[in-house]
Amino acid sequence: MTASTKAAAVGGRRTADGAADTAGGYRPPALQRVRTWFANRFAIIAAIVVLVYLFVPVAYTFVFSFNDYRKSNIVWNGDAGPTLKHWKNPCGAPGVCDALVTSLKVGSIATVVATILGTMLAFALVRHRFRGRSTSNVLIFIPMATPEIVLGASLLTIFVQGFSRFGLRLGFWTIVIAHIMFCISFVVVTVKARLQSLDPRLEEAAQDLYAGPGGTFWRVTFPLVLPGIVGAALLSFSLSFDDFIITNFVSGDETTFPKFVYVSYLRGIPAQANVIGFSMFVIAVALVIAGQVIGNSRRK
Amino acid sequence: MSIFGGNGSKATRGFREARGNLRLTGVTKEFGDFTAVDDLGLEVPRGSFFALLGPSGCGKTTTLRMVAGLEQPTRGRILIGDTDLTGSRPYERPVNTVFQSYALFPHLTIRDNVAFGPKRRGEADAGKLADDALELVQMSHLAARKPAQLSGGQQQRVAVARALVNRPEVLLLDEPLGALDLKLRRQMQVELKRIQTEVGLTFIHVTHDQEEAMTMADTVAVMNHGRIEQMGHPEVLYDLPKTSFVANFLGQSNLGDGRVTGTDGDDLVVEVAGTTVRIPKSRSTVHDGAITFGVRPEKVRIRDQRPDGAGNDVKATVVDVSFTGVATQFLVTVASGTTWAVYEQNLDVERNHLRPGDEVWLEWESGHAFGVPVNDVEAAAATVADPDAAKAEPRAHQSADTSGDGTGDGSGSDPDALAVPS
Amino acid sequence: MTVASAHVAGGGTTHADPAPAGGARKRSWTAYLLLLPGGLWLLLFFVIPLVQLFTVSLQSGFPGYPGYYYRDVNIGNYGTALTEFAGHFGRSLLYAGLATFFAFILAYPLAYAMAFKAGKWRNVMMICVIAPFFTSFILRTIAWRQILADDGPVASTLKFLHLLPGGHITETWMAVVAGLTYNFLPFMVLPIYASLERADARVIEAGGDLYANGFTTFRTVTLPMSMPGVIAGTLLTFIPAAGDYVNADLLGSDRSTKMVGNVIESQFFKVLGGFPVAAALSFTLMALILAMVFLYIRRFGTEELL
Repeated sequence: MTASTKAAAVGGRRTADGAADTAGGYRPPALQRVRTWFANRFAIIAAIVVLVYLFVPVAYTFVFSFNDYRKSNIVWNGDAGPTLKHWKNPCGAPGVCDALVTSLKVGSIATVVATILGTMLAFALVRHRFRGRSTSNVLIFIPMATPEIVLGASLLTIFVQGFSRFGLRLGFWTIVIAHIMFCISFVVVTVKARLQSLDPRLEEAAQDLYAGPGGTFWRVTFPLVLPGIVGAALLSFSLSFDDFIITNFVSGDETTFPKFVYVSYLRGIPAQANVIGFSMFVIAVALVIAGQVIGNSRRK
Repeated sequence: MSIFGGNGSKATRGFREARGNLRLTGVTKEFGDFTAVDDLGLEVPRGSFFALLGPSGCGKTTTLRMVAGLEQPTRGRILIGDTDLTGSRPYERPVNTVFQSYALFPHLTIRDNVAFGPKRRGEADAGKLADDALELVQMSHLAARKPAQLSGGQQQRVAVARALVNRPEVLLLDEPLGALDLKLRRQMQVELKRIQTEVGLTFIHVTHDQEEAMTMADTVAVMNHGRIEQMGHPEVLYDLPKTSFVANFLGQSNLGDGRVTGTDGDDLVVEVAGTTVRIPKSRSTVHDGAITFGVRPEKVRIRDQRPDGAGNDVKATVVDVSFTGVATQFLVTVASGTTWAVYEQNLDVERNHLRPGDEVWLEWESGHAFGVPVNDVEAAAATVADPDAAKAEPRAHQSADTSGDGTGDGSGSDPDALAVPS
Repeated sequence: MTVASAHVAGGGTTHADPAPAGGARKRSWTAYLLLLPGGLWLLLFFVIPLVQLFTVSLQSGFPGYPGYYYRDVNIGNYGTALTEFAGHFGRSLLYAGLATFFAFILAYPLAYAMAFKAGKWRNVMMICVIAPFFTSFILRTIAWRQILADDGPVASTLKFLHLLPGGHITETWMAVVAGLTYNFLPFMVLPIYASLERADARVIEAGGDLYANGFTTFRTVTLPMSMPGVIAGTLLTFIPAAGDYVNADLLGSDRSTKMVGNVIESQFFKVLGGFPVAAALSFTLMALILAMVFLYIRRFGTEELL
């Protein structure tokens, strides 16, 4: 790997000597080279093993989507052989697609709101000095250091004992509210990191080149922070889509996809859950790869 | 020629059109208790190449940033011609900056980087202007690339083009060559000078590299502690420094503190550490009392025996001899214990026979000597006072001259800014 | 502070200029305007609920009316939480600690390879780490139940090798820790990767040059440089693991592997009148974790997280 690819990957930050610089050029003695060879391979091999480990349960989910099970899709039915019937009828199990739609809706709303609110907070914290700044920093950090179950429990008590007076019932909107809450902190952290690594001279240069405050923000600051904001949005959506613990506390009768799977596990899980779970995985990977490809072609 | 014609676009609202000399009057910048720039008065003639030279933290970058509008002075005014720019924002001034780290927009192509300014000002042919500017710095072939794909020298050219394309009344260069290697730096010095002559704009160049300042500028101002110590044509500054700081920062000087004991015709008679020397009255800023005597190393001749000429002389002991190719540099200790540097051009083919420990005589023409006020602090810091230290590390003390890197800080960081409290 | 930030910037462009260009001295009402919506949200749905949870933890139940409570200062709820469920607290911290340790062991080589060895595969590997999120973690945990089942591949192999004395993995602490390790692994990988990626590969090479021994280089150069990431990663793994109840529920047994999370969940949903004790349990868990986090941050000193 040359320094230039690294610089490109880091995006925006470049070494003073630029692309002409390479990290190589140094050759250690033979014995050390042998050691380094193993050290290098060790990291790569270990990494591949860990990646495989990450994918084993996904593979299981995939395989069991073809299971012609009897009661619950837990044990492989060797008598019947694989079947495509669940893939042909992914909404066949009652409630599974409703739960998926609820999850997608919650995820989308929570992502949009949390990304906007979190980005605003990040800008305030990085770009402004104001009274209560360190308090705000702590306030944003603590939700991340609080176990989900405590977040869920506290929200449940306030929804049941406090906010119900204002007509707020457990259901779709309480899930959305909760998801926005726990996503905000992650958005702030992600956008903040990007904002802090931004060279202040770029904005000075924009001002120097006749861009007013608005022009500087929209033509320089925002495009440069955008990758961080997009990353934060992706993170929010995946956190929201996969959340079960908090959702379980605040959802009332509403069912999200993870909750559907959890609840049906006790009664007999349908293979449609596997079909949908695996499809979401494929769609997500495809979208991220597409985004990468578009990003790369733009960078060129 | 109305490049900056008000076209009513948003970006140019409040734009202050201005032509003429750049003037700073009584400009002071304080950061809390720290005074970065202290009551600075300055006039830079239109179309000249002006260098602000000084060590880290002397206030030169802060001065530049105030002219750019990136900082506002605590007191004082900044004008171009008769237009007062004080208080206006950077985007309201006919001033552009080539930033130290270039500050090219990483998300834009080279052409878009250069066209950024013209577009913000609502120029209809921004693309054409950008292409012309890239042509000027010979970067047209890379117009479609992104900054990260360019080398340091190429980025530097783009940064110049991006500023020049706006035809500013004043172009500011903030250590623009700091990040380049020596060879490329020399090349760019020549190039920048060519461009300045071609476009005829006022260039203000901030640097801590005295050689760079002298090579490029018509006028050099040496700054120290937020003030201008001396200002003038590089040759004049070098020949006749007016303070011991300038004597040592701009090139290198052999200095000695002494006392004016009388006059002899047009000369001052000065006693320095038991030796009597002469300084032309016209070459001294002090005419009685305490004085610092100085003479440049290349103006001093080294002799085996006591010379009988009309010049001044002093006995000395050789401490170090370094052969540098075109010249030989000697470090010698004079009677007072001060170490002097002497350069001799290698005109002869025969090898130099002097070795450390040899007794020699130093000689110079009194017309080459100069006198400056005694400055205890600066003198102690700037002159080589400790012969042991000089023996051990002679170059370190003499670095002001030959390395082209006055403060030893070639890393490209912004030394001024370090002194500014956040 | 200036020097520190320039140092962090590392091999990149040196920004030694401490005067933030974007105008840190902008008028503060802009700041408050930016803070207002997000801050209000966190106040309404994080701070106030916590206060409410605290008051609930002090409530008492109406005698004879299960599910109805009155305002009280009933510290007894905390007594119940700490005495009756001390074992659950211990298990939570122990399981979470083990899972954090194993996750670190697994995550570091992966993050290291991503940062220094992956080259153009770096983004692909990144996607691989995040992608499993999208198959619901409940589904993946159920898959682990199948993988670790008595007649599944792992247990059968171990039994064949006589390495599994009890004969089971599921329904034991091993399955719970394995599940926790798996589920929170990406939270360990990503911060370590981020801090390694920021580190300059040349510094590590220089370290290799100085020490020659790979492990010494790792211990003295690489690991310290990735410390902020390691700290963030351990926190992001330990905290959710300690509060988790899904793994213990799906992979563990009803008796010996229950964690605090399971108790809180069942007190809220399955025990009529369990609200105050559940709230006291939640609050104790949070206080415990926050105390550990702050001690930890202070010990390894990084303000960056805050």
